[in-house]
Amino acid sequence: MNRPTTTHTRMTRLLALPRTSAHFRGLVTGPEHTSGEPRADGPPAGVPPHRRAHTSARDLERYGALFAGRTRVMRSSAMRDLMAITARPEVISLAGGLPDTASFPPETFAAQMTRIAQESSAEALQYGPTEGFERTKECIGEVMAAEGMYPDADDIIVTTGGQQAIDLVTKTLVDPGDPVICEAPTYPGAVPVFCSYEADTHQVAMDDDGMRVDELEALLDRLARDGRRPKFIYSVPSFQNPTGVTLSEERRRRLVELAREREVLVVEDNPYGLLRYEGEPRPPLYQLDGGDYVIYLGTFSKILSPGIRLGWCVAPPPVMEKIVLGKQAADLCTSTLTQYFVSEYFSEGRWRDYVDSLTTIYRERRDAMLDALDRHFPPQAEWSRPDGGLFLWATLPPYIDTGDLLAKALRDDVAFVPGVAAYVDARDSSSMRLNFSASPPDVIREGIRRIGRVVWEQVALYETITGEHRVAPPTEAETSEMDATGGEVLPLRRREGSGDEAGR
Amino acid sequence: MRVAVLAGGRSLERQVSLRSGARVEDALASLGHDVVQIDPGGDLVRRLKEERPDAAFVALHGPGGEDGTVQELLEILGIPHTGPGVAACVRCMDKVVAKHEIRQAGVATPDWVAFNATAFRELGAADALEDIEGQLGFPLVVKPAAQGSSLGVKFAPSRDEVPEALVAAFSYDDRVLFERYVNGRELAVGVLDTEPLPIVEAIPKQEDFFNFEARYEIGRTTYVCPAELSGEETGAVQDAARRTYEALGCSGFARVDLMLGEDGAPQVLEVNAIPGLTDTSLFPQAAEAAGLSFEELVARILELALARSRESAALPG
Repeated sequence: MNRPTTTHTRMTRLLALPRTSAHFRGLVTGPEHTSGEPRADGPPAGVPPHRRAHTSARDLERYGALFAGRTRVMRSSAMRDLMAITARPEVISLAGGLPDTASFPPETFAAQMTRIAQESSAEALQYGPTEGFERTKECIGEVMAAEGMYPDADDIIVTTGGQQAIDLVTKTLVDPGDPVICEAPTYPGAVPVFCSYEADTHQVAMDDDGMRVDELEALLDRLARDGRRPKFIYSVPSFQNPTGVTLSEERRRRLVELAREREVLVVEDNPYGLLRYEGEPRPPLYQLDGGDYVIYLGTFSKILSPGIRLGWCVAPPPVMEKIVLGKQAADLCTSTLTQYFVSEYFSEGRWRDYVDSLTTIYRERRDAMLDALDRHFPPQAEWSRPDGGLFLWATLPPYIDTGDLLAKALRDDVAFVPGVAAYVDARDSSSMRLNFSASPPDVIREGIRRIGRVVWEQVALYETITGEHRVAPPTEAETSEMDATGGEVLPLRRREGSGDEAGR
Repeated sequence: MRVAVLAGGRSLERQVSLRSGARVEDALASLGHDVVQIDPGGDLVRRLKEERPDAAFVALHGPGGEDGTVQELLEILGIPHTGPGVAACVRCMDKVVAKHEIRQAGVATPDWVAFNATAFRELGAADALEDIEGQLGFPLVVKPAAQGSSLGVKFAPSRDEVPEALVAAFSYDDRVLFERYVNGRELAVGVLDTEPLPIVEAIPKQEDFFNFEARYEIGRTTYVCPAELSGEETGAVQDAARRTYEALGCSGFARVDLMLGEDGAPQVLEVNAIPGLTDTSLFPQAAEAAGLSFEELVARILELALARSRESAALPG
């Protein structure tokens, strides 16, 4: 006899969820159901679950021939499987990109939602306009004004997260084979979007001041010689995901100028602009340009909550018209309920205070990570020192592939994102993205200590093999001494049996 | 019958194992068995004692599940289990031990040299690299000794790529082997209860040829089963697979991966003691080509496990 419990736990597993995890640290998660009881929505007793006829390998081969070219992805399935393991509860994951939603007061959340239920239940449960509610656009206006931008409400569309904004803009502008330009590395979540619309994606190198605009210019020249013009230049100019680097003011001005000269659109993705921990704010591209050649993408994910899935796009009217049509086709409208929530929340007028509190939390975490990197990473490694945002980017010697390194790091229960995900052509496999917003400082320090140790091991091994000059890694005693002086390294639970495995 | 399906675990092949296990669970359920699903962790023994299954279907891959660890526990608890016993697991999981056994049994396997990290760190093995390269030639294949999947397997087309390939392989295990590259056709032979199944041939797309990890992606590799081979070749390949299976002491089922060299001689690369059973795995595909549905295959594997357990119980001592 089959027990209904099998089905739901199985579904959970197909989603790659750790069934025993009490809280989430990795990339993928969802509501969990851990009790052994049948779920209310499971099949009735006696009905065998899940009657989908299993496909054989041959069937899949048949489907294989049907897949559109755009479904082909850069990352191998082996690498995707590896990333799924980072969600294990015992793993210290510096891989995700999660804001710290735990600091949002639950009582505020409860009060807002209660008020919505009491005062606007029917409306909040109804469809809404495709462009989004005017009240939501007013909130968006407030957020943009905080960075010196004052768009016309008619130029704004509310989207299901910032990710949908990237998707809609690409859908609207890009035919298969059209050139699109972005930074190298670029936001890993943009790569599958560009791939799925079959863009011919070109990546422009970055340095400490952001995208190399001189190289961009050279690329535009090259494309022009072939009679091609890119559909847009995608950039995250402030505290970029994945590098944490910010585009300098000089380059911002030059980029906007170039866009005008060449009549190319710039898509400015700015999720992190308000999360600045030091230094003076830089003017957004949208402000410098006035909105003629810059399409602006924003989100509430990093200043309020990613769970509400609310983002937006600001574009000139002719582009907006097409984006609205695309949005209609995609999902008709953005969640009415969460738009009501944002309006309620903003009406209290304390959203800036919450952003300030996040800033304080993240600054401390960034400092902890930078400090730990100084202590635990070998001199052959380099990393960015971001003034804001959620990430920093570490680059290792070229002989270390961070995909392979992740496998080694997972044996020590620590994870990061291998940098290869941030490129369309996998050109750099020796970098990693490290997130500092999702874990408290002690956990960050321990995570970096563990990653540092595996990097040291690989550096030392390489130097031994090649006979290059040898830098001795710090001994365990030295490391713990450093920890002792730095203090605050928690004795986190080590993986059982890791000793055995090291000897394997 | 109450059958515990062990899937998941802590290895890098966790996801593949979960997919194998899910499919096995469905098959067992439709065969009318009472299925208990166990993801081995700190509570494995406690769960087994509580659930008291009549048998365990081990759908684990990679270190921890395929290397004899779980099998040892199951044997202590007296629970009949599918797949090989402890000794065969140990032999298959370690590619170096497996290659010794295979060669001993008179089956061809590509020349190799194995080192652990200590050899480099403390014994100056780096100074022997030139000799190894001289013996094995280029391109050279560098593999972690104890990784079941293609993770960490690298080609070094020339001397310059060797250190990098070594660093990558050492990310997965503390022991790696250099193996002579065999140019030829890539074949896999499932063996079910000592009987070889029809041969599967993997034909990678040209651009992915040196990328092992990409080669297991749907649409990037074409699988042909039964492989188009002459009667003589088929015989030689199946014979090599059966002798390998026996030499390593496999039981129930296993998959032998080999290359058919340009000279027409098969060379065994490795043995998967617990081959993948997912929708895209090669073993079920081969069984299907032999006229065995997935349910029938699962039933047969379970039956073999119970028979083996009865046999060993009947033995004195």
